[in-house]
Amino acid sequence: MLEVKNLHVTVDGQPILKGLDLSVGAGEVHAIMGPNGSGKSTLAYVLAGREGYEVTEGSILYQGRDLLDLSPEERARDGIFLAFQYPVEIPGVGTNSFLKTAVNAVRKHRGERELDAMEFMKLMREKRDLLGVNEEMLRRSLNVGFSGGEKKRTEILQMALLDPKLAVLDETDSGLDIDALKIVAEGVNALRSPDRAMVLITHYQRLLNYIVPDKVHVLAAGCIAKSGGKELAHQLEKEGYGDLAGKTGAAA
Amino acid sequence: MAASVDTAETVQSIAGDKYKYGFITDIESETAPRGLNEDTVRFISAKKNEPEWLLEWRLKAFRLWTGMTEPSWSKLGYPPIDYQDAYYYSAPKRKEAPKSLDEIDPELLKTYEKLGIPLREQEMLAGVAVDAVFDSVSVATTFRKKLEEKGIIFCSISEAVQNHPELVKKYLGSVVPYSDNFFATLNSAVFTDGSFVYVPEGVRCPMELSTYFRINAAQTGQFERTLIIADKGSYVSYLEGCTAPMRDENQLHAAVVELIALDDAEIKYSTVQNWYPGDENGKGGIYNFVTKRGACRGRNSQISWTQVETGSAITWKYPSCILQGENSVGKFYSIAITNNYQQADTGTKMIHIGKNTRSTIVSKGISAGKAQNTYRGLVKILPGAANARNHTQCDSLLIGDKCGAHTVPYIETRNRTARVEHEATTSKIDADQLFYCMQRGLSAEDSVSLIVNGFCKQVLQELPMEFAVEAQKLVGISLEGSVG
Amino acid sequence: MASETTTGLPYADRFAAIAATLPGQSVPWLRELREDSFARFAQLGLPTPRVEQWKYTNLHPLTKAGFEPAVVNGQGRGQIKALQPLSSLLPAEEPAHRLVFVNGLFRRDLSEIGALPEGVRLDGLGEALASEAESLAPMLGRAVRSGDNALLALNTALMADGCILRIGRGVSIDAPIHLVFVGAAEETALAFHPRNLIVAERDSRAVIFESHVASNGGVYWSNPVTEVTVEDGAEIQHYKFQDESLDAFHIALTEVEIGERGRYHSFVMTSGGRLSRQEIRAVLDGKGAECRLTGGYLARGKQHVDNTTEIVHAKPHTTSKEVYKGVLDEQGRAVFQGKIIVEKDAQKSDGHQLNRTLLLSDRAEIDTKPELEIYADDVKCSHGATAGELEESALFYLRARGIDETAARRMLIEAFLGDLGEDLASATVKAALQRRVSNWLAAI
Repeated sequence: MLEVKNLHVTVDGQPILKGLDLSVGAGEVHAIMGPNGSGKSTLAYVLAGREGYEVTEGSILYQGRDLLDLSPEERARDGIFLAFQYPVEIPGVGTNSFLKTAVNAVRKHRGERELDAMEFMKLMREKRDLLGVNEEMLRRSLNVGFSGGEKKRTEILQMALLDPKLAVLDETDSGLDIDALKIVAEGVNALRSPDRAMVLITHYQRLLNYIVPDKVHVLAAGCIAKSGGKELAHQLEKEGYGDLAGKTGAAA
Repeated sequence: MAASVDTAETVQSIAGDKYKYGFITDIESETAPRGLNEDTVRFISAKKNEPEWLLEWRLKAFRLWTGMTEPSWSKLGYPPIDYQDAYYYSAPKRKEAPKSLDEIDPELLKTYEKLGIPLREQEMLAGVAVDAVFDSVSVATTFRKKLEEKGIIFCSISEAVQNHPELVKKYLGSVVPYSDNFFATLNSAVFTDGSFVYVPEGVRCPMELSTYFRINAAQTGQFERTLIIADKGSYVSYLEGCTAPMRDENQLHAAVVELIALDDAEIKYSTVQNWYPGDENGKGGIYNFVTKRGACRGRNSQISWTQVETGSAITWKYPSCILQGENSVGKFYSIAITNNYQQADTGTKMIHIGKNTRSTIVSKGISAGKAQNTYRGLVKILPGAANARNHTQCDSLLIGDKCGAHTVPYIETRNRTARVEHEATTSKIDADQLFYCMQRGLSAEDSVSLIVNGFCKQVLQELPMEFAVEAQKLVGISLEGSVG
Repeated sequence: MASETTTGLPYADRFAAIAATLPGQSVPWLRELREDSFARFAQLGLPTPRVEQWKYTNLHPLTKAGFEPAVVNGQGRGQIKALQPLSSLLPAEEPAHRLVFVNGLFRRDLSEIGALPEGVRLDGLGEALASEAESLAPMLGRAVRSGDNALLALNTALMADGCILRIGRGVSIDAPIHLVFVGAAEETALAFHPRNLIVAERDSRAVIFESHVASNGGVYWSNPVTEVTVEDGAEIQHYKFQDESLDAFHIALTEVEIGERGRYHSFVMTSGGRLSRQEIRAVLDGKGAECRLTGGYLARGKQHVDNTTEIVHAKPHTTSKEVYKGVLDEQGRAVFQGKIIVEKDAQKSDGHQLNRTLLLSDRAEIDTKPELEIYADDVKCSHGATAGELEESALFYLRARGIDETAARRMLIEAFLGDLGEDLASATVKAALQRRVSNWLAAI
C-alpha cells in the first residue's frame, strides 16, 4: 500500500526527515511514535502533499504509484486521508456543504455517481451516529467553535464519509479526555478493514490501548530509530524516548 | 522581568517631585548670532572645522529649506515658530579638549549629578558608556577604550567627521536625505552635534551605548544628528534619554537619527523622552520634531525602535524602518503619554520592500488632562515584498473627559502573499480595576499608575533594564494630577 | 460671473448655460443656492490626491472624458432598451414601489408606485423643484454636515432630478422602495447629478433599495447625493447595489442624520464602475441612535473602488458597527477609509469597525485607512483591518479532502464574503449578494 524509501524532507531549508523508511501493507495499522520535533507531523504533511515540505531525496510509492507528483486533492481522491492534528477553522464554510462537496469530489473520481442532497443526508446520518456527532454541529461553520474533542470526532466522521485506503491520523489523541478518546478510538476501530491501511502518529502510548497497532515505529531525529510489535509502545511508555533519541543523534 | 518593579512603591517614593529636572546651569556660551542664513550655516561648519563636502551638503539643505513650508497635516496646534528668532550654535566654552572627566567643567558635572546620571558613577556601576551632549557639543565620552578594543567607534558626530570621514560621507543622509522633510532639512543645514556609532562586522557590542541629551542655553534650538551603522553580523543596543530644564519660552528641537543595519546585523534603539512638557496651563515646554529612520539594508537584518514619550509640549516623531533586505525585521514599540496641554502625534512607518520582511507595531497611547494624543502610522507593502508580514496593535487609554486620543493608520498593500493585520482599541481606564486597587488601599493616583503600567507592559518589557525602571517611574509622574 | 471660471472640469465651466435649463430657475433662493454652490465648487476645484480625503483616489480621468449634461431643457438624453433585466435586484414578483431614473432623470412612464400609506410622499425631485420648490426648502441640505465638499457643491449646483421620500410620523411602509438608476450613455459621455431626499419622521420605518445599472455600457458619470434624515425612533434600511458600466464613473455621497433611538442600516455592494467612490457620512445625533454600515466590493481589470465613511458619535449612548469586505483580482484596486469620531459629550458610545480584503493577484492593491478620533473618555471603540491572500492552511485542508484548488478557492472566497450577509435583515438582499458574488467568481 505505502512504500516510503530513504525519505529526506526539508522545511524552510531545515532538514527534518533524514532518510526515513516505512512500509505499510493493506489492512495493517502502524503506529509512529516519537518525541516532539522528531518529524512526525512532517511525515503526515508530506504524505498529504502540503506545500513547503520539500522532498530532497527518496521516494514515496502509494499503491505502486509515485505519490510525489500528485496534488493534495488528487491524493485525497485516490484514498489518502489525513486526520489533522489541528483541524483548520474555516468561518463561513458550512460543515455540511463542505462534506457534501468533498464526498462528491471523491465519488466522482472513483467513477461513482454524485450524491444528491437527500442521499447525502442519509449517508451522513448513518456515519454521524457512529461518532456521536450531533446535527447542530454540522450546521455550524467548519470546525468553528468546536471543542477539541468535537474537532477530532468530526475528523473521524470525515474519514468515515470519504472511505479512504490509507488513513494518516496525526496526534488524534492530543487534547482529548478519556471519554472523548474512547469515542474516537471506537470510530477508528470500526473503520479498520482488510483493504484499508492506517498510520497512527502519536506521542503517547495511551491511544494504543484503544487502537491496537500491528507494528510500532519510533521516529527520532528524522529517521525510524526502532521498529517492533505493540509491546514496543509499552516499553517506550516505561523507558521514555531519551535513549533512542540519543542513539540516533549519535549515529547521525 | 525587565519591567516588573513594584510600581506603586516607586511612584510613592518620587511623588511630589514635579519636575525635578527643572533648573538652568549657568555656563558662558560661545554662540552664533541669532537668526538663520547661509552665514549661520558657514559659521557652524567652520566652527567644527568641517570638510568642504559637508559644508556644501549643509548649504544644499539650507537652500532647499528656505523654499519649504512647515508640514501642517498632523493634529498638532502650536503658535508659528520664528526660525529667525533663535540661536543655532552654542558651545560650552573651554580652553582645550578635555583629556579626562577631571578636566570637564565642574558646573556640567554637577548638572548631571542633579539629573541623577553622574558620569563616573555610571562608568563604574552601570557599565554604560555615555556620550553626553550638553547643548550642542559633546563634552565627554567614556568607555571609548573598551569599545575601541572591539573596533567599535562611539563618538560625537563632529569627531567622526574629523576621524572617520569616509564612513560619515558614505552613510550620512543615506537613510534620511537632506531633502526629506522640513525639519530634517533644517537639521541637515544646521546640525551641531550628536552621536556616531560604527560596529564592525561580526562584533557584538558588549554594553548598552547611551546618550543623555540636555537642552540648556536659552533659545538654543537643538539639532542633533545621530548616525549608527551596524556592519554585517553585528549587534548594538543604543539608549537615548532626555531631560531638560524648566523654561518659559518654547524650545525647538529637531533631531535626525539614521540607522543602518547590514546583513544579519541588529540595532536596538531605545528612547526615554521626558523633556519639559510645559506647566499645568500649557505654558512652556519643548517642541520636539524628530526624524528617526532605520534602513534594514542587509538580509536578515533587524531594527527595533522602543520609545517612551512622556515629555515635550509637542511631539512629532515617527521612527521608521525601511525593510529592504530579504527576511529583515522592523519593530516599533511605543508608549506616548500626554497630560495637561501636551500634544503628541507619533507613530511609525514600516516600508516593506524585500521578500519575507516582517514588522511589528505595538503602540500604547495614554491621554489625560486636556492633552491630545495621536498615533499615526504607515504600513506599506510594495509589490516585491512577497510573504511580508505586519501586525499592528494600537491601544489608547483616556483618563478624564477633556482629552483626546486618535488613531490614524495608513495601510497600503500591493502584494497578494503579504499578510497585514491591524487592530486598534480606545477605551477609558477601567473603573472596576480602579475600584479594585483602591479597595485594597491604593490611592487613586497610585492605582492609575499601576493600571497604566500594566497597560504599557508589552512595551516596557522591550526596554533594557537600565531604562525600564526609569520609564515606569515616568509613567507615574507624567500622569500626576490627572485623577481625583 | 461664475460661468467664466475654470474648474478643471470643462463641462462644469458651462454652468451658466446648463443651469438656465434646470428646474426651479425662476425660484430666487434656489437659483442663488445653485450659483453659490457652483462658486464654491469653482473655488475648491475637483479634489486632487493632495486633499487628504482623496489621497488614494484620483479624479483626474473625469477632466478628460468630455462630459455633456445628461439633461437638456428638462429632456433626458439617452435611450434604454428594456428595463426588466436591468432592475433584477428585486424579483419581479416581489411587491415594491419602483422609481426608475434614466441618466438621472425620473421616468414616470417606467416607474410603478403602488398604493402608499397615508402620510407618505414619494415622487421625483425635478417636478417638485420646478413647481413647488418652497416645500423642499426645509428638506434640501437638511442632513448635510459636510463642510468643504466640491462634488456635493457641484451636485447642488446641477441637480436636475432624484427622489423625494418623506415618511410621516409613525408610518411603516411594508413594501420596499426601489430606486433604479439606469445609466445609458450614447456616443457622448454624459454626466448627471441625482439628488435624493429621504426623511423618516418620528417612529416611521422604510426599506429602500437602490440599484445603479447600465443599459448599454459606455462612459458616463453619476454623481448622486442622498440625504437621509432618520428622526427619533425611526428606522431606515438602505441597500445599494452598484453595478454600473465598467467604463462608468460613480462618485456617490450619502449624508445621514440619526435622531434619538433612530436606526440606520446601510449595505453597499460595489461590483461595477471603472472608478467609483461611495462616501457615507453619518451623524448619530440623538441618545441611543444606532448606525450600521456594511459593505462588499469586488474589483478586477483596472477597476478602482473607494469606500469612505465617517461616523460621528455626537450624543451619548450611541452605537455604530461597520464591516467592509472585498476581493480584488487582476489590477483591481480598492480604498477603504473609515473614520469614527466620538465627540466630547458622547459618553458611553460604542464604535466598531472592520475592513478585510482578499488579494487574488500580484497586481491588486488595497489602501486602508481606518481612523479613530476620540474626544470622550467613557467609550469603547475599535477598528481592525487585514489584507492578504487566502489562508494557506484552509486551502490545504479543503484540498486534503479531495476538493480541487479552484473549487476550494471559490468556497473560501464565498465564505469570506458570505458573512456580510449575516448582518442583513433582508433575505432578498442576501440572495442578491450571493448572486453577485457567484457571478463574479464564475469569471475567475
